Amino acid sequence: MKRFIALTLAALFCAIPLISLSACSQQTETLTVCNWGEYISDGTDGYMDVIAEFEERFHVKVDYVLAETNETLYSMMKSGGGDYDVIIPSDYMIARMIKEGMLAKLDYNNIPNFEANIMPQFKNLYYDAKNEYSVPYFWGTVGLLYNEELYTEEVTGWDNLWCDGYKNQVLMFDNPRDAFAVALQKLGYSINSENEAEWREAADLLKSKKFDYCMDEFFDKMPGESAVLCAYYAGDCYSVMQENESLRFFRPEHTNVFNDAMCVPATSAHKELAEKFINFMLEKDVGLANTEYLGYSTPNKLVFDALPEEMKENDDLYPEMQDTWEYMHLLPENIENLMNELWLEIKAENK
Amino acid sequence: MKHVSRLYLGLVFAFLYLPIALMIFFSFNSADSLTQFSGFSLDKYAQLFQNAKLMGVLRDTLLIALLASLAASVLGTMAAIGLYNLRVKVRKLVMNVSNLPIVNPEIVTGVSLMLLFVRMKDLGVSLGFVTVLIAHILFNTPYVILNVLPRLRQMDLSLYEAALDLGCPPRRAFFKVVIPEIFPGVLAGFLMAFTFSLDDFVISYFTGGSFQTLSVYINNSLKKGVKPWMLSLSGCMFLIVLIVLVLMNVKDIRKEKLQNSKNY
Amino acid sequence: MRSKRLLYPYLVWMALFVIVPLAIIVFYALTDKAGAFAPGNLGYVKNSASIYLDSLKIALLSTVFCLLIAYPFAFLMSRMKVSRQRMMNMLVMVPMWMNFILRIAAWILILDNNGILNRILLAFGMSRDALPTFLNTEGAVVVGMVYNFLPFMILPIYSVMAKIPNSLIEASRDLGCNGFQVFRRVILPLSVPGIITGITMVFVPAASTVVIAPRLGGYNLIGDQIDQYFKGSANNMNAGSMLSLVLMIVILISIAIMNRFDRGEDTVIM
Repeated sequence: MKRFIALTLAALFCAIPLISLSACSQQTETLTVCNWGEYISDGTDGYMDVIAEFEERFHVKVDYVLAETNETLYSMMKSGGGDYDVIIPSDYMIARMIKEGMLAKLDYNNIPNFEANIMPQFKNLYYDAKNEYSVPYFWGTVGLLYNEELYTEEVTGWDNLWCDGYKNQVLMFDNPRDAFAVALQKLGYSINSENEAEWREAADLLKSKKFDYCMDEFFDKMPGESAVLCAYYAGDCYSVMQENESLRFFRPEHTNVFNDAMCVPATSAHKELAEKFINFMLEKDVGLANTEYLGYSTPNKLVFDALPEEMKENDDLYPEMQDTWEYMHLLPENIENLMNELWLEIKAENK
Repeated sequence: MKHVSRLYLGLVFAFLYLPIALMIFFSFNSADSLTQFSGFSLDKYAQLFQNAKLMGVLRDTLLIALLASLAASVLGTMAAIGLYNLRVKVRKLVMNVSNLPIVNPEIVTGVSLMLLFVRMKDLGVSLGFVTVLIAHILFNTPYVILNVLPRLRQMDLSLYEAALDLGCPPRRAFFKVVIPEIFPGVLAGFLMAFTFSLDDFVISYFTGGSFQTLSVYINNSLKKGVKPWMLSLSGCMFLIVLIVLVLMNVKDIRKEKLQNSKNY
Repeated sequence: MRSKRLLYPYLVWMALFVIVPLAIIVFYALTDKAGAFAPGNLGYVKNSASIYLDSLKIALLSTVFCLLIAYPFAFLMSRMKVSRQRMMNMLVMVPMWMNFILRIAAWILILDNNGILNRILLAFGMSRDALPTFLNTEGAVVVGMVYNFLPFMILPIYSVMAKIPNSLIEASRDLGCNGFQVFRRVILPLSVPGIITGITMVFVPAASTVVIAPRLGGYNLIGDQIDQYFKGSANNMNAGSMLSLVLMIVILISIAIMNRFDRGEDTVIM
């Protein structure tokens, strides 16, 4: 009897890895791409299904997973859960990942489109000075989006977010860096402030109002009119404005400019394929599909030239850089920790 | 009095069923809006079955639940027999440890396993299907033990000993006498484990890394708001649950009728 | 059949997946990122004291509501014909088998600013500006918890009540008890084990749950806070472990206290 049970047990435990392997169906190489929600052309509205196109052209399988924010992406990679091959973090997070040795140096021989297509002003930027780890994907600014019909006050700047009334109808970024940037800018401080008192003041400001903190729900809530005002990325604002005609974009005087770039984690087991994917993303047709579908601002010259005039000339998307705008830089460690703790307090007290 | 109690039962059932009923009602809605009814259609069901990612996740989830509850049934039955032969004091101690994964807050179990698996990274362990499976076996086994142990206590051991006295080899006696006696307990434990596995969110979320079970997938999608396929998925799940329950009930009623007829 | 050896695989299994992970949590809770001893981690608990209290408050509220709703329900159920009882039992379990996250989604659909409830109010002539907000309130969190955990209160109470024979109640009536006395002297004492199990089964998950508070309330409870440390915005597994450890201790102590009220030997399982 014991032998029988031992045998069944042995059989069972042998079966488990076998079945799990077959469940993964690893006949072809699999590339794991981690991206933000609504940040690639996925075949809706008649644009190219970029992932499917890549799979077909290179005969590989892409496991496309989503992360919500730069911070959760970082956590996933640190906690050992996220074994990604391509990630698209933002500037300050790239700087942090480079500092902590989490990114692989890219072999630009596999990414010829970088040299050829990327505009010179998007090379060797502040977060990756020698441009060894990252290839620009999109850039943009942050501004206010409001519903003209439902939000009747005059929109003048970040102050509007702290308006009276409109209970539960004002959205705020559900990630610490972007939310604090808004609060710091309203207070007239730098978004890269190294003064702890300024961060605490910004935290108190965020706590003073019950916001609806969300990221991707924005795409339902603003066009669906269950929210009337929010701070969000210009590209996404542009794309929801196509869905609801009452939506208006306003860029306050002090705002931040972000750059998101494609990187390969140091742990990637498919680095060459990852680089081919990055190169593919810089192709004209692919970039054009992404840019037209998403509305974000492209650093790719070929793509920019091919855009319809109304997008090229749209000041929300392709503005002149102003002196009052800032980039997000890597924060000193004490500020980073303080921000994280304050953020948790804000989220816990948002009742 | 009778009316008051009827009304009360009705109200509680309304509370339990109205949200599900609304989901199912709007799953047949034709419009894009989720809460404004504009006409009948099965669009949302088509979207559900065309969602390849979701179908893959569904397959993985069923596989995990099946494997985990099978493994837990074997492990739990063995453990229960061993426990049955222990002195009461030792048994209580072992049971207390064994029950920790279900007594402890789920999040603590999940987080502690995640830390263990992350620590084992150098041994080639990475969060995914296998780690989720191990975690599910872990929290499923105590349910099997809790269901099998009372069966063992109720069992008349003299039957087993009589079989031995009559020259039956122990192994055969075990399978012919003990297993049939405790089988309803094993089955109950298995079913309980299977349903808990299917419904689990927290533990899969922490031990899965980027591997997703159904609950984790729905949660990740819910961050972008309620999606049309969630409504049709509710409809399908409700239908399946209903069918299973009706079948089980029919079997019970039959068994009862059989027993009644024997009594006469 | 008489062998203890069958237990051995499970003992190894438990050592590996129950004891070791808990030891690792304790280790992480007491060290910093570099692995050095760091009693300062207790500071994270101090900072989170109000979240612990909030979570306990919400869990208590939900448990009380569940008990108030479930107790009469279970009693009425237990006095029905046996075939009816089985049917009712089934009906209580069906919602439990719908996916946990889908059940939350259903409430979002109802409580959202543009949700079903507000649409009904609009249809009754309320103006858009006067509409109340349901989603992102503490009330919504409690409703979500009661909805999710109510069956866990009904079923254990029902299972002990079903064992109270009608004849016992009739006998006590014959002996001169009025309705209230029957309840106080007979039904309540006999149903205590079910109540205890029910309270444990609702309170523990309610106090440590994730997802419900952020989705329905727009804020974090302690479970979500721990989640943020492990998989969310503030990557700090040491702080997260410390909070988990304290949460576990608090919960185990409350279970121990609850069990002291329970005189019976056998705990009720569903």
